[in-house]
Amino acid sequence: MKFSRIILANLLRKKVRLLLTLGSFAVALFLFSFLAVVRDAFGRGADLASADRLITINRTSIINLIPLSYRDKMLRIHGVKYVTHNNWFGGIYKEEKNFFPQFVIDPENQRKVFPELIVPDDQWKAFVNDRQGAIAGVKTVERFHWKIGDRIPIKTTLYGGGSWEFNLVGIYHGKRPQDDETQFWFQWDYFEEKIPAAIKGQIGWYVLRVDNPDDAPRIAKAIDAEFANSPNETKTETESTFAANWVKQFGNIQFLIGSIGTVVFFTLLLVTGNTMAISVRERTSELAVFKAIGYSDRFVLFFVLAESLVIAVIGGVLGLLLAVGAVPGLGRALNGLLPNIVLSPEMLLFGLGVALLVGILSGLLPGIGAMRMRVVNALRRV
Amino acid sequence: MVKVDGSGGNSSLIQVRDLDKTYRRGGEEIHVLQGLNLDVSKGEFVAFMGPSGSGKTTLLNLLGGLDVPTRGSITVAGDEITHMSAGRLTEWRARHVGFIFQMYNLIPVLTAFQNVELPLLLTKLSKAERRAHVETALSIVSLADRMQHFPRQLSGGQEQRVTIARAIVSDPTFLLCDEPTGDLDRKSADEVMALVEELVATHHKTVLMVTHDPIVASRAQTTLHLDKGVLVEAGKAPQTITAGGVA
Repeated sequence: MKFSRIILANLLRKKVRLLLTLGSFAVALFLFSFLAVVRDAFGRGADLASADRLITINRTSIINLIPLSYRDKMLRIHGVKYVTHNNWFGGIYKEEKNFFPQFVIDPENQRKVFPELIVPDDQWKAFVNDRQGAIAGVKTVERFHWKIGDRIPIKTTLYGGGSWEFNLVGIYHGKRPQDDETQFWFQWDYFEEKIPAAIKGQIGWYVLRVDNPDDAPRIAKAIDAEFANSPNETKTETESTFAANWVKQFGNIQFLIGSIGTVVFFTLLLVTGNTMAISVRERTSELAVFKAIGYSDRFVLFFVLAESLVIAVIGGVLGLLLAVGAVPGLGRALNGLLPNIVLSPEMLLFGLGVALLVGILSGLLPGIGAMRMRVVNALRRV
Repeated sequence: MVKVDGSGGNSSLIQVRDLDKTYRRGGEEIHVLQGLNLDVSKGEFVAFMGPSGSGKTTLLNLLGGLDVPTRGSITVAGDEITHMSAGRLTEWRARHVGFIFQMYNLIPVLTAFQNVELPLLLTKLSKAERRAHVETALSIVSLADRMQHFPRQLSGGQEQRVTIARAIVSDPTFLLCDEPTGDLDRKSADEVMALVEELVATHHKTVLMVTHDPIVASRAQTTLHLDKGVLVEAGKAPQTITAGGVA
């Protein structure tokens, strides 16, 4: 503590430079956090995937439907516990910009397959009893200021046009903060009743829960074998593989964001390293005096590292605080396109770790230079 | 007594024996000091004079443990410093040597008090003890009323007095002064030299000083001349010198 005054005094000797360096740190960490959030959102599906869930889609493509009749055959495969099915509705609520995912669900099995998405029992009961009933995630409810009992009109773009009316009877919450709370669910029966005859009895994909996650590969193979050489062959994957493949459709987003993040990291490192190098060079004779009067080489390294670490921590925390304030705004700006935008405590810790790493690395080279500096040479430069 | 022929006994505070210092520049060897012997007793005030490049500052750096000789030995208060590791030498400097530089070399962002306190931060003294030591040192250099001033708020003479306070605050074995008045006007130089004399006379400090200025050198008890790396003359300067100039 007795050396803190020296460190503080050195930091404050060039206030404008200090502010600019802190600003660089804050902006870089802010950007870094944003990138991490988006990268995480893209990869979240795989992270949240349950090990005991399988997804079965049409082998040709997910946009090709598969018969509802497959369900009973799937249930007969040893190890399959529950099967539910979903369809993508793709409707528009008032305006196109009001995007949120709408799914046709099987009320009987949905909760058994997705136990992490919680609906109060009374609301679920109301949903089951109301053919036009709908359940929405809490984020979507808050976004559009809905309340239970509201009539929600959604214009279909895939199933013959026109507006479908729903009664909001329930609101679901995710068990985990990262769970997607933007979905809108309505009943299969209502859907089946209104769609054109040509696609009746066809579902978008199945979601299965298995008794033992270790059996998942065997069960996936068994399902696909069951429907091999049929008009609608299937492709069954674990939920995490399905989510990872889904993200791959957008290109290698993770790599792209990771690359930008790496560039930000190294740019920050160079900027801060340069600042520290200039700062140390300006003080060569002062550091030499410290050594002359008995401060060891390690002390000199400590002073330089302490300065760069203080800058890193203050700048980093500022950047992360900015990100904490701005991430919800990013989520809103994307209109639900990435539903899982969350700046988690792990990401904040990671950001702080990045800041500390930059702080150490940027101070290390100038610090080692100062540590190795010969006092007589440094004093001669005055 | 100051001796340059290596005949001093073990009672000398500083003993230098057969000291060589050679620098290599390009492919050429430059012999800065050659076979130098020196004995300085406690409480002596010695001035080193000589032309530029004669090795004065090199000798001071070697005596202060800032540099290592090519050959020979330096013993201070019984400690042979020539073969100490860099780490031990740093600790030794903190305990035994007070440095006074020509350019003052104060830390501009610290107050006079904080500058003087720097050597004490390496000790186990409490905050109150450090404060007492710093106040005493600044009182000795008559700057007790300038404790909270930054170097830029002090005159050159005052800055050099703060440097002297920093040099004496940890009560080192000896003081090394490298052109302590080189950047001062005559009046300030006289004040600084009066202070150094007082440290020797009243506080029995041993002072080794490098200077170009014969007037300043005349304030020392002994003046030694270095020429081409060899101590060529010992004793009082050949001319009678007063504070007013060369007589």
